[in-house]
Amino acid sequence: MAHFEKANSVYEWLDQRLAVTKLTKVLMTEYWIPKNINFLWAMGVVLMTMFTILLISGIFLLMYYKPDTKLAFDSVNYTIMQEVWFGWLWRHMHGVAASVVFLVIYIHMFTGIYYGSYKKGREMIWISGMLLFVTFSAEAFSGYMLPWGQMSYWAAQVITNLFGGIPFIGDELVIWIRGNFYVADATLTRFFMLHVLLLPLVIMGIIGLHFYSLRIPHVNNQEGEEIDFDAEAEKYKAGRKAESKVIPFWPVFLSKDLFVLGVFMVFYFYLVFYHYNFAMDPINFDPANPMKTPPHIYPEWYFLWSYEVLRGFFFDVGPLSAMDIGLIAFGIANVIFFLMPWLDRSPVVAPAHKRGAFKIWFWILVVDMIVLTIWGKLPPTGANAWIGFFASITFLTLLLVALPLITKKEAQRAGGAA
Amino acid sequence: MADQKRRDFLGMVFGGFAAAGGVAALYAMKRTWDPLPSVMAAGFTTVDLSPMKPGEFRTVTWRGKPIFILKKDSTQLKKCNDADVKVGEGDYLVRIGLCTHLGCIPAWEADKQVFKCACHGGEFDACGTNTFGPPPRPLDIPPFKIEGTKLVLGEEGPEYKKLVGKA
Ligand code: FES
Repeated sequence: MAHFEKANSVYEWLDQRLAVTKLTKVLMTEYWIPKNINFLWAMGVVLMTMFTILLISGIFLLMYYKPDTKLAFDSVNYTIMQEVWFGWLWRHMHGVAASVVFLVIYIHMFTGIYYGSYKKGREMIWISGMLLFVTFSAEAFSGYMLPWGQMSYWAAQVITNLFGGIPFIGDELVIWIRGNFYVADATLTRFFMLHVLLLPLVIMGIIGLHFYSLRIPHVNNQEGEEIDFDAEAEKYKAGRKAESKVIPFWPVFLSKDLFVLGVFMVFYFYLVFYHYNFAMDPINFDPANPMKTPPHIYPEWYFLWSYEVLRGFFFDVGPLSAMDIGLIAFGIANVIFFLMPWLDRSPVVAPAHKRGAFKIWFWILVVDMIVLTIWGKLPPTGANAWIGFFASITFLTLLLVALPLITKKEAQRAGGAA
Repeated sequence: MADQKRRDFLGMVFGGFAAAGGVAALYAMKRTWDPLPSVMAAGFTTVDLSPMKPGEFRTVTWRGKPIFILKKDSTQLKKCNDADVKVGEGDYLVRIGLCTHLGCIPAWEADKQVFKCACHGGEFDACGTNTFGPPPRPLDIPPFKIEGTKLVLGEEGPEYKKLVGKA
């Protein structure tokens, strides 16, 4: 065992046993961040805060929520909303955070795409981030079910039904997932378990991985510049702070993050107190009724784009039925972003506005996803169906065809210039 | 050398046990998610069809799903010989009332004689066939058995097997 001296303070006592000084250096004061980054890089800290809010408000909701098809609706809409002191606050904080967390995730993702932060050396950051996106989606969906309103019920019905599209085992699989022949109590209790235990654990694990994956390649910067972090850190430590290209995470960088976070929190609490309704679908204030479908079902706004890709294909092509094409397209839409580091064939790490065709590609993608999101909410009839169809085709073409072509050309040009 | 072999052997034995235990645990986990025996047992519903009038439409519940029953009359509603169920003198359409697209419940519009699914605009005719929109196949037929004028849902009788082409 190591040699221990008599400690002169609590700090020293802890330092001898837990290496507190070294730990703060590694995690905070000597964790180097490039100077050259803008407010978009603060989204990580914003997300972390949102996740913490979800966790804490969730714990308070959990104390009164009843995972039983007979009790769930009233435990939320009566007990928590009417009886529990500040129950409404936790619910609105939880609901609004669940919605805006996706807004921030999308900003975070598209910042990564814009600045090429998924490229060589940083693939694991991107992949772990996408894993987080997928688990957050599962977390959001399983949570959406719990109040057991009409929209909860039919969302569960539709989503579990999607698994029926898997060849051979589909029908059996749907019954197995639901634990009954229809969406019933067994379905609610198992989604409850996923929402409050398993998925949060997985999310926390992946958050750890996501942070760790930053340490070796380091965080990207606005110019995509390759920085020698060791050399720059030496300069900073030697007191040549102005000359150094990096700053420590704590306290210098975080002070900027905290400012962005502050602005964001004003927006967030504004929504919580004055506009919580946008995260609460009115149909979900009717108790679930397995015998009556609401006339028009749609998911929350953050899933609309992929929902529109799912239903965008409304006619059969040869032996493929419209539904299968939709399912396949939906499957692709959900995994395609994982492949960004390989679909982009160019080694150039630079912001999109310095990458010619890629810039145009990026903005078309953004517009297309907004179109998909808007039309995902409209009833899919007449002209709407066609707009949905073309937007879905555009989405797939952009990622599967246009991106590799554009970036391959770019790689050739970059190779020729060097 | 002999020592090394003994270690490899122990390693393999340990690995084998661990793998067997892992498979057993996975099986237990899978079974835990299976529907409970009580759920499986509650899977039968009996409906007496004799009081139904020609042209009448009704919905019954079977395994938590809506079941559409439509009694045909010779004038208005066309009979669909290979899609209808004959019980006594009557001719009925018996279907699971869930749209084969994503599982919404279509509504019977008696004046137009179609089942209209509001979710994505799918349509089925009085034979249960998908005639418009995204639904990929006709409405599904629930397993049934005929006992006199009664329809027993949940058991595969000979009439069911004939209808779905299994016999
Ligand atoms: S669920 Fe009926 S048309 Fe989509």
